[in-house]
Amino acid sequence: MEKFTRLSAAACPVDAANLNTDQILPARYLKWPRSAGLGKVLFQDLRFDPDGRERADFPLNRPAWRDAKIVVGGRNFGCGSSREAAVYALYDYGIRCVIAPSFGDIFFGNSIQNGLLPAIADDEVAAELIATLKDTPDLPVTVDLEQQTILCGNRRYPFKIDPSCRLRLLNGWDDIAMTGSFRDKIAAFKKEDASRRPWVRPAPAS
Amino acid sequence: MAQKQTLFDKLWSAHEIVRREDGESLLWVDRHYVHEGSFHAFGKVAERRAAVAEPDLTFAVADHYVPTRGSRRNIANPEIARMVRQLEDNAATHGIRLFGLDDPRQGIVHVVGPEQGLTLPGLLIVCGDSHTSTHGALGAYAFGIGASEVAHVLMTQTIWQRKPKRMRITIDGQVTPGVAAKDIALAIIAKITADGATGHAIEYAGSAISALSIEGRLTLCNMSIEAGARCGMIAPDAKTFEYIGGRPFAPKDPAFAQAVEAWSELMSDDGAEFDREVQLDGTEIVPIVTWGTSPQHALPVAAAVPDPDKEPDPACANDLRDALNYMGLRAGTKLTDIAIDRVFIGSCTNARIEDLRAAAVVLAGRVSKVPGLVSPGSSAVKRQAEQEGLDRIFREAGLEWGESGCSMCVGINGDIVAPGERCASTTNRNFRGRQGPGARTHLMSPAMVAAAAVSGHLADVRPLLAGRKP
Repeated sequence: MEKFTRLSAAACPVDAANLNTDQILPARYLKWPRSAGLGKVLFQDLRFDPDGRERADFPLNRPAWRDAKIVVGGRNFGCGSSREAAVYALYDYGIRCVIAPSFGDIFFGNSIQNGLLPAIADDEVAAELIATLKDTPDLPVTVDLEQQTILCGNRRYPFKIDPSCRLRLLNGWDDIAMTGSFRDKIAAFKKEDASRRPWVRPAPAS
Repeated sequence: MAQKQTLFDKLWSAHEIVRREDGESLLWVDRHYVHEGSFHAFGKVAERRAAVAEPDLTFAVADHYVPTRGSRRNIANPEIARMVRQLEDNAATHGIRLFGLDDPRQGIVHVVGPEQGLTLPGLLIVCGDSHTSTHGALGAYAFGIGASEVAHVLMTQTIWQRKPKRMRITIDGQVTPGVAAKDIALAIIAKITADGATGHAIEYAGSAISALSIEGRLTLCNMSIEAGARCGMIAPDAKTFEYIGGRPFAPKDPAFAQAVEAWSELMSDDGAEFDREVQLDGTEIVPIVTWGTSPQHALPVAAAVPDPDKEPDPACANDLRDALNYMGLRAGTKLTDIAIDRVFIGSCTNARIEDLRAAAVVLAGRVSKVPGLVSPGSSAVKRQAEQEGLDRIFREAGLEWGESGCSMCVGINGDIVAPGERCASTTNRNFRGRQGPGARTHLMSPAMVAAAAVSGHLADVRPLLAGRKP
């Protein structure tokens, strides 16, 4: 997994609360393997009309934000379906960080697993960033994970991230490798649990 | 004296293998359900040339892509056929039990788990699907995960988690006739909003919850994710144990008796503390429908479409306007004046036998004014419904009686609502495009969908129940 430390890039405001993963990646693309290029169908139905023409009013279609690597969203970003492919679509489009006041829990976890930073900013901060970017689309935004700050123009804002998630992103750590170091503890738990809760294993089907 | 624990605390500590200094815990997984969408995770396992750690605790179910109308075996769309075949191949490769297309136990994973006695109180259950919260109805800690986590569980039978906060939603007072578990769920989401429970494990409690059947509890816990919750759960009781006894994979005596003894401890201790408490009065809950594009856009059926101009917060007003625009609705329109184009009865939320019975009570001897599909939650539910003659009631009402699968809830098996069409649906999400690009979804209970079908517009089911036995 690619590390995330610091990023300066265009930031695209997507000003909507409860933007669910069905909007980020519509269900009909879930059968695509990642190699098919999920970035090109990111926000498909918001970005394009039914005939495949770009919707001019969708921010990612504006010249200043076309190559954005940061998205600034509203409350409960990424709620709904657990589809990790929504994170693949963002990442493969080039997005490395989403700033929002809150995230859907599963989306948040999926982001951490894929090196995409879900930065939690206060409601007022997210609203101010969105307003600033709408006024000054070209303004680059710098997200610094070590400092936990967002720099936009001459304003610096803090953001929140769980310390263990921060470490994972900074180091590009992989869960599987980490879990491997607890192999003995897992084996001991399994053995002890089998006598503690003998009813857990599925009975042979009758 | 030992610290007072909530039900969730008890479930958590029973699965904690190790807690790291940073507060993350490694938890043991008792059941792992996989489906066609889990292919990314199997790909990650293959990349590492790894094995599935506990194939006996892993169960595969074909549900998301299976056809629910027409031929099951000759799937016309090759991409959809590949999705089903991929699951069959992955299950075979790793020695995982599969409830595939032809299996009499096939169905929607969240219907099949409880039905087969795989879902039990006290278990930690995960699945790469957000509606895994359903299984909490039996007193399990059950939650949806992403593909990377599915891969991790496949390879290690464990998962890293940070302990969520604990929320209790207490509903006392009996609900009135015509009010279903779905109405309770929508009433909760309307009250606490679509992110009201983010980062929380919900426990549902109170007399209105105890009074729910197990199937009603499954509906309620299913919708926990629509309030943003990590999971939802209900302390198991005598009803739960009776439901489980004798199911194919459930423990058999003497293990069953031992299990019931252990399960009887699974409740929040008196005085246990929750991070947040929410109360609703069960007697005040009425039939509810959604009008917009988030499950929080839910109102009593007698209400009218809200007016964005009366919303003081400009951001909220904009959200309302967007929702009205997508839904093709005008502020102030009475909800019962909203005409529908079709109905769908199905999904992991509301396609169990009691759901089909509730819809059939309304439909019996009546004709639907719009076309619609009824997709039973499992093949077993389908057989049961046919034994009871419910299929005949649906057909005589003019609805299509289909096979079991996720079907028109998510529309990826090809069963979609056409662009611009308005569907009264027993499903869980009224998101833009959820049932197909441009589709407009109104969520409600099975009885309310039946009422909408025979009325041709959104309607209060209660007058239609007069003189009928529920």
